[in-house]
Amino acid sequence: MSETQAILHFTVNGENCSVQVSPMKRLLDVLREDLRLTGTKEGCGEGECGSCSVRMNGELVNSCLVPVLQAEGADIQTVEGLATSGVLHPLQQAFLKCGGAQCGICTPGMLMAATQLLSINPHPTMAEIREGLAGNLCRCTGFVRIFESVVAAAAHDQSSDQAAHAR
Amino acid sequence: MRGNPDAHKIIAPGTLAAVLDLLAATPGEWTPIAGGTELMVAHAAGRLAAPKLVSLWGIRELRFISKGAESMTIGAGATFRDLRGDASIAANLPLLAKAASWIGSIANQSRATVGGNLVNGSPAADSSPALLVYDAEVELVSVRGRRRIPYSEFHTGYKRNAMTHDELLFAVHLPLRFARHRQYLRKVGTRRAMAISKVALAGTAIVEEGVISELRLAAASLAAFPARLHQTEATLLGKTIDSHSIELARDALLAEAKPIDDIRSTAEYRKRVAANLLEEFLTELRSEATR
Repeated sequence: MSETQAILHFTVNGENCSVQVSPMKRLLDVLREDLRLTGTKEGCGEGECGSCSVRMNGELVNSCLVPVLQAEGADIQTVEGLATSGVLHPLQQAFLKCGGAQCGICTPGMLMAATQLLSINPHPTMAEIREGLAGNLCRCTGFVRIFESVVAAAAHDQSSDQAAHAR
Repeated sequence: MRGNPDAHKIIAPGTLAAVLDLLAATPGEWTPIAGGTELMVAHAAGRLAAPKLVSLWGIRELRFISKGAESMTIGAGATFRDLRGDASIAANLPLLAKAASWIGSIANQSRATVGGNLVNGSPAADSSPALLVYDAEVELVSVRGRRRIPYSEFHTGYKRNAMTHDELLFAVHLPLRFARHRQYLRKVGTRRAMAISKVALAGTAIVEEGVISELRLAAASLAAFPARLHQTEATLLGKTIDSHSIELARDALLAEAKPIDDIRSTAEYRKRVAANLLEEFLTELRSEATR
């Protein structure tokens, strides 16, 4: 191991990972290069566009601004962790159905920001959705279809809540 | 040109005491990094000069918000998400809660800390105008002990502050005596989200029988660092708010403000908008006073 490298441990999408990297390496690059989780995208690389958004210990972060040393021991969720057992997450289904994704570069970040929003506010207003996704830039959709996708996912969540209560 | 991660050393001693020991043993050698929303941007651009970084992220002693009978204390490691989620701040220091909601995006607020915002010392810092009009004090800590200074004396020049090389910003103290003040804060940027201020103005005031008996005004992006507008305050203290006193106050602000032309705006625009914000605050005060 070179002098500049360290062995770091954290979980990604529930799985234990250890990597031997430069501790100053960006979490984004560790996810993409060392763990081959290329769902997380790099847009601006300076915390402005949100395309590299992941969740770290339940908080939304821009992985391009996290030196991986600061992820030591953390619980990280990436877009790869949304679908379970081959079934797309309700947000992913809603993005497909509502045309929330076009070129796809912003989509993983949008999904993670929306996941974060719905985790703390399951039934957001349109203003709350706009604020929750304000740090994520899309140059294709004009945003409206993305906001509609989040509305649809929240409604799906509500109908499954009701179905659960009815049972 | 992107920064090379191997060109920087970064360590995480994990406790406040260990960080302070390090800073004392090798003064000026290590640069503290909290949530990285400033330094990692510099790193991405290949202009991070600091070869050695000491991480403050995850140090529990720095990440707290506490409320006493007469003041609130915010640990330097508290994030702006922490501030936004705190009911006492929302109730007692609404301008600070508002400023926290403006800082970058949710993802930036999850990582950006109060201490980082102040130590970074941007003239446009979002939390600064609110802290200035609330008479905040900052507490600095080192192996030599602790000291408190008014936040208004913390910035000493562009990106310069009153800290010595072995000190860390430990906390911000805010007196809780602004409940009966009228309060104002507005930021003008290119768009609502993710924009760095072109200019921001904060104010706290008491108007008694139509006369301004107490007033604090502070601005971001009108000088080399966020600062009170003492001369403008002085023209208004003891005055009735009318079109004449508003005009004098605008003139005072235009004389006192020393903004610059830069990538985000021009000095001329900043001055005019700041004067308009001041007029908006004074007009609000006047309409409340006559209600």
